Amino acid sequence: MKRVLHFASVALLGMLVWQAVVTFAELPRFILPGPMLVFSTLWTSRMLIAEHAVVTITEVLIGLGLGATLGFASAILLVASPLARTLLRPMLVFSQAIPVFALAPMLTLWLGYGLWSKVAMALLIIYFPVTSAFFDALMRTPVAWVELARVMNATPARILWCVRVPAAMPGFASGLRLAAVYAPIGAIIGEWVGASRGLGYLMLLANGRAKIDLMFAALIVLAVLTLVLHALVDAVCRRIWGG
Amino acid sequence: MSSAPALQLAGRVTIGGTAIFGPLSLEVPAGRWTCLLGPSGVGKSTLLRLFASLGDKVDFEGTFGASDGVSLAGRVALMAQSDLLMPWLDVTANVTLGARLRGTQQPRERALDILARVGLADHGTKRPDALSGGQRQRVALARTLMEDRPVILLDEPFSALDAQTRARMQDLSAELLAGRTVLHVTHDAAEAARLGETVLLMTREGITPVESPPASVPRPYDAAETLAFQGQLLRQLMETV
Repeated sequence: MKRVLHFASVALLGMLVWQAVVTFAELPRFILPGPMLVFSTLWTSRMLIAEHAVVTITEVLIGLGLGATLGFASAILLVASPLARTLLRPMLVFSQAIPVFALAPMLTLWLGYGLWSKVAMALLIIYFPVTSAFFDALMRTPVAWVELARVMNATPARILWCVRVPAAMPGFASGLRLAAVYAPIGAIIGEWVGASRGLGYLMLLANGRAKIDLMFAALIVLAVLTLVLHALVDAVCRRIWGG
Repeated sequence: MSSAPALQLAGRVTIGGTAIFGPLSLEVPAGRWTCLLGPSGVGKSTLLRLFASLGDKVDFEGTFGASDGVSLAGRVALMAQSDLLMPWLDVTANVTLGARLRGTQQPRERALDILARVGLADHGTKRPDALSGGQRQRVALARTLMEDRPVILLDEPFSALDAQTRARMQDLSAELLAGRTVLHVTHDAAEAARLGETVLLMTREGITPVESPPASVPRPYDAAETLAFQGQLLRQLMETV
């Protein structure tokens, strides 16, 4: 409750400053609309925004689910197989040297204008943080636990599954929290490059028609959605793995 | 539980050319409680870990094993200073960890029976973070008993407990582990005086057996004989280092 109050007061202060700048600098509405106008547009265009928001949310959730699953599996593969570690780790790091944004046009070319090019973009952007956070946690299993398991005659596979994976779940959770914030970025980039639906598409469209108030309204909805997603993922992780 | 073998070791340990201990020889009698007493850093834990097949980070020259010549693998249970409970498992699941790790059936009824023997019958569904330090170490003891191995290796398992809890854990462990070959590494002369049917003093010079009082273990912590033995052990420790 205190956090909500704190957040609300900061948001209110921000909007006051915003409105003051617009009013005193006498900025035209096609350069920077004031918060009053943005919120009134948000209300009058709520159905339009909601329709596009549903598309973006779908892309983000599918991307998040697939990216998390793939990241989980990759980290386990990297830990279980030294060969995979030697071959794949340099490739993983190299893949991070390519700006993911630059891949967006290609993804659109390969996967079309629909849902899947955006899902792929969200997936690509979260795959590395999830894999890397989980992998690091898997490599940091307390030695004493592993030794206890060895004295109990556990095979390396059982040790991985019964000790190292559960012990690394907090690391996986931090990867997921990052992913919750990154996934919407991926979806929006995908929509910017080529789409006919979604919040990113709507923002680009509104911008092109000098409807800056609508663009801001969509931006605010996107930010709120990202915050809610992060809070949800955080709550789920806390509930399951604590801390 | 198969009959408990004696443990033997003769040799020296180095890590990357630096001597850790030895050459020395060690005899742990079968079915008795042996305390290996010595200051920190003389290689007590390293020696204990050899018997647990955890010596892969050190270079050992010599021989060690069980008196019956059978491999020690699968006949040893380990209890360390830290309770090593898995925080994501409840108490019962922690006690049956060995079965879970080997992928065999988890004998729940026996686990509950053993939990009752360590006085934690009502705590089976709790998570480790809901327990006190003493209770957690009792769960670790229950997990060790659950393994039902003839050789028990104890690496200062009571040193992190407060004096009162420690004394209770010593009593309980002595009672429940009786008849097994116990090798108990400790730096606490009082603990060795209470628990050691055989007490071996380990210093940089090697291992020296110390004659222990006839009273059966656990010896009363306030008996004159125990206290005198404790004093004697401490004096010998002071003289050698």
